[in-house]
Amino acid sequence: MPVTTIDNRQVHVNEEGFLTDPAEWDEAMGKALASQIGIDLGDEHWKAIRFLREDFAARGETPTLRRVTVAGGIPTKQLFQLFPQKPAKKMAYVAGLPKPHGCV
Amino acid sequence: MRRLLVLGGGTAGTMIVNKLRRRLPASEWEITVVDRDDDHRYQPGYLFLPFGTYSPDQVVRKRHAFIPDGVELVFGEIDRVDADSASVHLEDGRTLPYDYLVIATGTTPRPDQTPGMLGEQWRRSVFDFYSFEGASALAAALPAFDHGRLVVHITEMPIKCPVAPLEFAFLADSWLRDRGIRDRVELVYVTPLSGAFTQPIASQHLGDMLEERKILVESDFMVERVDNERKALVSYDEREVPFDLLVTIPLNMGADFVARSGLGDELNYVPVDKHTLQSTAHANVFAVGDASDIPASKAGSVAHFSVEIFVDNFLELIDGKPMTGAFDGHANCFVESGDGKGLLIDFNYDTQPLTGRYPLPVVGPMGLLKETRANHLGKLAFRWIYWNVLLPGRPLPLPALMSMAGKVVPADDAGGPRSAPPEEE
Ligand SMILES: Cc1cc2nc3c(=O)[nH]c(=O)nc-3n(C[C@H](O)[C@H](O)[C@H](O)COP(=O)(O)OP(=O)(O)OC[C@H]3O[C@@H](n4cnc5c(N)ncnc54)[C@H](O)[C@@H]3O)c2cc1C
Repeated sequence: MPVTTIDNRQVHVNEEGFLTDPAEWDEAMGKALASQIGIDLGDEHWKAIRFLREDFAARGETPTLRRVTVAGGIPTKQLFQLFPQKPAKKMAYVAGLPKPHGCV
Repeated sequence: MRRLLVLGGGTAGTMIVNKLRRRLPASEWEITVVDRDDDHRYQPGYLFLPFGTYSPDQVVRKRHAFIPDGVELVFGEIDRVDADSASVHLEDGRTLPYDYLVIATGTTPRPDQTPGMLGEQWRRSVFDFYSFEGASALAAALPAFDHGRLVVHITEMPIKCPVAPLEFAFLADSWLRDRGIRDRVELVYVTPLSGAFTQPIASQHLGDMLEERKILVESDFMVERVDNERKALVSYDEREVPFDLLVTIPLNMGADFVARSGLGDELNYVPVDKHTLQSTAHANVFAVGDASDIPASKAGSVAHFSVEIFVDNFLELIDGKPMTGAFDGHANCFVESGDGKGLLIDFNYDTQPLTGRYPLPVVGPMGLLKETRANHLGKLAFRWIYWNVLLPGRPLPLPALMSMAGKVVPADDAGGPRSAPPEEE
């Protein structure tokens, strides 16, 4: 696995730049990852990112967009505004989690 | 007497009761299967109904004809599972107790879940082919379509048979060319995915095939609603795709009783261990086929391979032994590509669909991810195999677990899923 430097720290990432070890993540890292994809995190973003982290910790899997809406209580429309174009992928990236793999 | 109760007498449920009835002594085990009606439908045939390749009577048989002697077939609508008291309630008030329960009630297209889909254009210019009624209605409407925008659309993943919408687009292209009107039709493929398919190598091949056929792709499209007045799909990020004829795959969801019973996730799929299909909440409950939440394709082939593993595991379990079989997510799907040709893809949890050759006894190797006539014939032969070999639970000479034999592995790739980082797109 490649190692890269984000926020002056060395982290393990896959070839797409997603963190491979959720334990290397903290909120400062989340902020740095978000800025890599041009997003400035506000309270609403954090609500989504924290839900992703908690749900992943509980279930061992990155939640899908639908799950963030249904179980996390954030409307899909809003997720598209917060993380334009590819909310599921972008949220996972910022939260330092693998891409959701609901799609096979 | 011990009781095995199977909910759903479709592909998976029928195979299970056939296999287990032979292996469980009738003096010790009662086996019951519940379904709402007596029509067993061959769903892969729905793809061919709109183009007139199959007639309705070729895709429907009586369900009871596939249920063996010694298995009780109960007709009724399932209302609720009460896992704590180990019983199932039917809507008509009957209660069925069990020692072991298998949930095999599949997944269903739900046009009611997208605002406007069931509006005034439903079955006028908005169709689905994932239901028998939808495919039949489309068969009646398609001949009148001779120009304009034909939009093939996936609402949300996962859907059963994830290649079927691509197959529909390829067949529509071929059908329009045969009628000499391809140049009067704009064919558009609208998907919530970032490419043609979920897995990178197959997505590349299938994407190239769409391009060769001049089928436009609108990707990363999450539909919010169908605008009936303007005849357009509208996405959450406010893109619009107008249509003259829309063929949509509605949201697919597991049965509502699963949710009512507190056994489902947000799409009513039952959380299970992905290797044993045992419920994560109740050790005497399994979910097999499309009804479970395993990260594999929802396909008849997956149902078939996983049933083989499940049956052996189940016999160990009731003997008080640990279950030793581990399902690997194996899927094996023929993909119709039009003009009497097709592709074959073979993959599992860890290995994406690769190119190469798939060894098959008697008929010889089949080309993987490659358009051949043999793959098309394989797809057509599958209907006969389904009714005569698969459902009765007879052995099919295909290994349940995926094999790497014949597959071409890219040098820098162990076969795992890949795609571009979000920041590059
Ligand atoms: C258009 C299309 C094309 C396809 N093509 C292919 C293909 O080429 N290859 C392939 O492998 N797979 C294909 N499939 C997928 C395949 O048909 C399914 O994956 C397979 O049938 C799943 O089996 P199952 O037993 O899980 O569910 P099903 O076979 O759907 O059975 C579920 C059963 O449960 C019953 N049921 C549900 N809810 C209730 C309730 N509340 N009360 C009573 N009964 C209930 C239903 O009546 C049904 O009989 C295709 C599907 C479609 C729609």
